Amino acid sequence: MRSLLIRTPQHVLAGGLAIVFLFPLAWAAVASVSPQAGTAQTDGWGFGNYETLANYQAGVGQYLLNSAVVSLLTVAFTLVVSVFGGYAFAMFRFPGRNVLFLVTLAILMVPYATLLIPLYVLLNQLGLQGSLVGLALVLTMFQLPFAVFMMRISFEAIPGELREAALIDGCGSFRALRHILVPAVKPGLITVGLFAFLAAWNDFITPLVLISDSDKAPLPLAVANMRQQVMGIVDYGATEAGVVVLALPCVLLFLALQRHYVRGFMSGALKG
Amino acid sequence: MAPATTLTKPPEGATAPPGTPRNRKKRGGQALTGWAYAAPTALFVLIFFVAPILLVGQMSVSDWGLFAGNRGVNAPENFTDVLDDRLFWPAVWFTVKYTVVTTVILLGLALGLAMLVQEANRWTGFLRTSFLVPSALGLASASLLFYALYSPQSTPLEFLGIDSFLGTPNAALWSTVALIVWRFAGFYMLLLLVGLQGISGDVYEAARLDGANRWQTFRYVTIPLLKSSLALCAILCVTGSMLAFDQFYILTKGGPDNSTLTIVQLVYNFAFFGQNNLGKAAALSVLVLGALLVVNLIQFRGLREKES
Repeated sequence: MRSLLIRTPQHVLAGGLAIVFLFPLAWAAVASVSPQAGTAQTDGWGFGNYETLANYQAGVGQYLLNSAVVSLLTVAFTLVVSVFGGYAFAMFRFPGRNVLFLVTLAILMVPYATLLIPLYVLLNQLGLQGSLVGLALVLTMFQLPFAVFMMRISFEAIPGELREAALIDGCGSFRALRHILVPAVKPGLITVGLFAFLAAWNDFITPLVLISDSDKAPLPLAVANMRQQVMGIVDYGATEAGVVVLALPCVLLFLALQRHYVRGFMSGALKG
Repeated sequence: MAPATTLTKPPEGATAPPGTPRNRKKRGGQALTGWAYAAPTALFVLIFFVAPILLVGQMSVSDWGLFAGNRGVNAPENFTDVLDDRLFWPAVWFTVKYTVVTTVILLGLALGLAMLVQEANRWTGFLRTSFLVPSALGLASASLLFYALYSPQSTPLEFLGIDSFLGTPNAALWSTVALIVWRFAGFYMLLLLVGLQGISGDVYEAARLDGANRWQTFRYVTIPLLKSSLALCAILCVTGSMLAFDQFYILTKGGPDNSTLTIVQLVYNFAFFGQNNLGKAAALSVLVLGALLVVNLIQFRGLREKES
């Protein structure tokens, strides 16, 4: 339909744009192993920047562990709550059902930043301020609108006969859920879990407000803190190393689960 | 960010499996079991969403120190303090400017990208992935990446002859916009791509037969039929930009000279940085909440009118 003359500039433009989009990622990877002028590390190419990162304060292992704990707790809380919640909304009629569902969705309408100040006070009163569990609970709450909605439509998509058959065979509603229905909504579970993981792994402002003990900081916060604190000189190389450690799991997850990721984008929204 | 989900009407009515006997006893049992399953959701929503909303209301009219706690009523001083703060109006103005600039550029570029990769083949598959990969990164990670990319030392961009990426108010704004465009363009491209694929080929065929050129087809066919997708992107982008924080906190800390201070950064500063005044921060939060609800209402109304 279109002539070659029109298509070739289009291809050049598209290719150029792809390079522009990939460039920062490639640059971070290269810069993280390159020598840095003006910093402690001057001895050629290598993993010196990663060593600086590894030795920063409590050590990169500690911050990775914090991130992993928070992310996995958030995924676990989100999955349990949204499976039960989605099941309740999809399969049962109970008074207050619609109100509760709408209030859960309303979490999306309220900017998270405006909730963090009262959450800081609230967690203080609950004795959870500064704890990774408290952080995971807050992050779970922000995941609920998407997660509960997603699980509700997943359960609703299951043919009614499947659950009925389970009930007739003498399953209680819980056993039907555990053995018949949960396996049937696996794609929904993967999407919800993936999104909860990425949101928790990448979140910045919530730990910035809620975590005051720097040893309990998740990795994004630790890397951001690290910038200014090496004798007042910004260590850009170590920052790049931190970015690579932060981004690598996300990019790999994205490439491996691209289809789920894209579908999730379509049916929900991320904060940011 | 505003929800895509709230645009979809939640499924209506009962979804109990068809053929279930609906006598009273069974229904009572069902209600109880239903509540039991819904209880964790309800608890979470109550403790971590409803309670904080009520608390932010109370705090906004209280003299509440970061370490001192509640020292009694302080209304309406918290609100007048916010409005009198010398950084309040500059922050509002900057946030609005940033929102407009980001939304226009991001939507324009995303639409261009979507049309560029509209046909699906191996080559466009690679392109789509390239444009989308940045959105796998967290906003904070992406900001840290650009923070180093913009560094004065060992920057490959140095040869472009730009010596300050974050040093002047204008450079700081545009450098941040570049970061956000890089991070989000693929995401909005994806939303628009879905819209584009919803347009039937017949419409284009008809336009071609009527003798429309490429620009006319774009202007009078693509844009009108893409309006609801564009509106969704605009809502997400406006809401997200109004609440901008991570990118400015990491790249500029509101500088140079408070020129890139956003509203949310101001909330943070009132509460934790310097002032330690949670009451004032809560008052500003309430104002933000109100402003956002109004903006969303206007946008949703606009969206509905466009659709009907």
